[in-house]
Amino acid sequence: MIAVATAIFLLIRAPDVEYFFVAGYTIVQYVVLATAWNILGGYTGYVNFGSAAFFAMGAYSTVALATFANELDDLVPESIAPLLHVIFPLSIPTLIVIGGLVSGVVGFGMGYLTLRLRGAFFAIATLALAVVLQTLVVNWEFVGGSGGAYVVRPGEFPGLGSYMQYLFALMMGLAVLALVAARTIERSRLGYGFAAIRDDELAAEASGVPTLRLKLIATTLSGALMGMAGAPFPYYIGYLQPQSAFGLEYAVNSIAMPMIGGTMSWVGPLVGTLLLGTLQQIANVTISSAVNLLLVGLLLIGFVIVAPNGIVGLVQDRLWTRGTK
Amino acid sequence: MSPILHVQGVSKRFGGFVALDEIDLEVQPGERLGLIGPNGSGKSTLVNCICGTLQNETGTVRFDGHVVDGLAAHERTHRGLARSFQLPRPFPSLTLADNLRIPMLYTVHTRSGPLHADNIEARCAELLEMVGLASKARQKPRDLTQVEMRKLELARAMAAEPKLLIADESMAGLSHSEIDDILALLVRLNESGITVILIEHIMTAVMSFSQRLAVLVSGKKIADGKPEQVVRDPEVVRAYLGE
Repeated sequence: MIAVATAIFLLIRAPDVEYFFVAGYTIVQYVVLATAWNILGGYTGYVNFGSAAFFAMGAYSTVALATFANELDDLVPESIAPLLHVIFPLSIPTLIVIGGLVSGVVGFGMGYLTLRLRGAFFAIATLALAVVLQTLVVNWEFVGGSGGAYVVRPGEFPGLGSYMQYLFALMMGLAVLALVAARTIERSRLGYGFAAIRDDELAAEASGVPTLRLKLIATTLSGALMGMAGAPFPYYIGYLQPQSAFGLEYAVNSIAMPMIGGTMSWVGPLVGTLLLGTLQQIANVTISSAVNLLLVGLLLIGFVIVAPNGIVGLVQDRLWTRGTK
Repeated sequence: MSPILHVQGVSKRFGGFVALDEIDLEVQPGERLGLIGPNGSGKSTLVNCICGTLQNETGTVRFDGHVVDGLAAHERTHRGLARSFQLPRPFPSLTLADNLRIPMLYTVHTRSGPLHADNIEARCAELLEMVGLASKARQKPRDLTQVEMRKLELARAMAAEPKLLIADESMAGLSHSEIDDILALLVRLNESGITVILIEHIMTAVMSFSQRLAVLVSGKKIADGKPEQVVRDPEVVRAYLGE
């Protein structure tokens, strides 16, 4: 998988068009988001409408730490300032880890508060969580409040060329991490436990599956991966507003991409993202960025009718029927 | 011998409705107990209180010498309490073999350490063989008939290697020969050392299976003893046939 990721990176680098990295970053970022969503939504059966909030918590931990680094001298006593200057500004990989931790904690909290909620009630609670967190961020002046905050992206990354390439490479690494995690879970004891919860929680409990604990693991893991995807985002976008970080498209795309690709296996979110993400980027350039959500809506309706188990489900069914004939 | 299951003064209310009223029940290791009662008499509520799906408000449930009140359902399963559901509740997206894998991965694993993958495969095959579903191991539950679904339900309960099995109406809606099938299966399980509580409406099945019979009516236990005596008990007759 790492080899494939490296090959893709080199391939995109070949034509030396910066735009490919800009567009590619968004698609690969959605691979992480969709895969993260699928750990909770696809494997465990709990639909999360608040993906944008987890993504934004990752992004805003970066904003907060970057702002802190900028205003270090005003914020801390002079005696400690030099010490902190050694640590700050933090490198992006460190910020990714921190973003993951923050969103992981939020995920754990959400899981803990919604332990007894199932189905539509859980989905509504996640939506509410997103609204609450957005309100908090809008009212938090330190990270720019409703006006947003600038994060200055360095022009170059030593050894790689443009900083965008560095960000892209990092996101590629995250995508590999997310996919490996999803694949490992799917084939493990944990994966079977998740599947049992998705299918029938009461029967799972009667079979000895500690359903509450497993749900917490799923919400934490899923949240942490989303936060990791969000952490480099301020450097990518340069100027972060609550409306963009908590944007509807993150919540919708994180659901639509696994649904279109197939939720039962780690391949599904990857396939769905590559298809939908690429289409969106093409529509962005050729038609307009407003078409994106329309595209998602139409494709989602189409897939729910024609292939409710997504592309992977469709292919598996074909292979299965051929195999039994 | 100390009882494997000891239910003492267990009560459960749903709002103003008393579903269980001070139930006492003892089950000896290796016993075959029949639990009967009209619809709504509290049989399933009692099972839910024993298995931890519901928590009883008063009284205690002792299993295998330990008080299990307050323990979650999965913890009781880990200790050796298994149940089948009144309406079969398979894991629909998993194959039959994987349905049995869940209790092995979670209950047997927790109790006696990790199982080797080959052992799990072999045990799945053995259990499916026992209930006559070996040829369908790779199929999904939606391909099964009613009676096969009941058998899968029992096989999954057995996969947890329980000490006590509670079979909640595992024969309702089945034909005579199918009932005999399930009965034979339960007797075989019992002969292998597992205590069985059978909850059933079909009296011929209960009478041929049970060594002892307990009767619940409106949340109260009104009779407990030898099956032949219990069914002649005037109170039981009144509960079933009216005055």
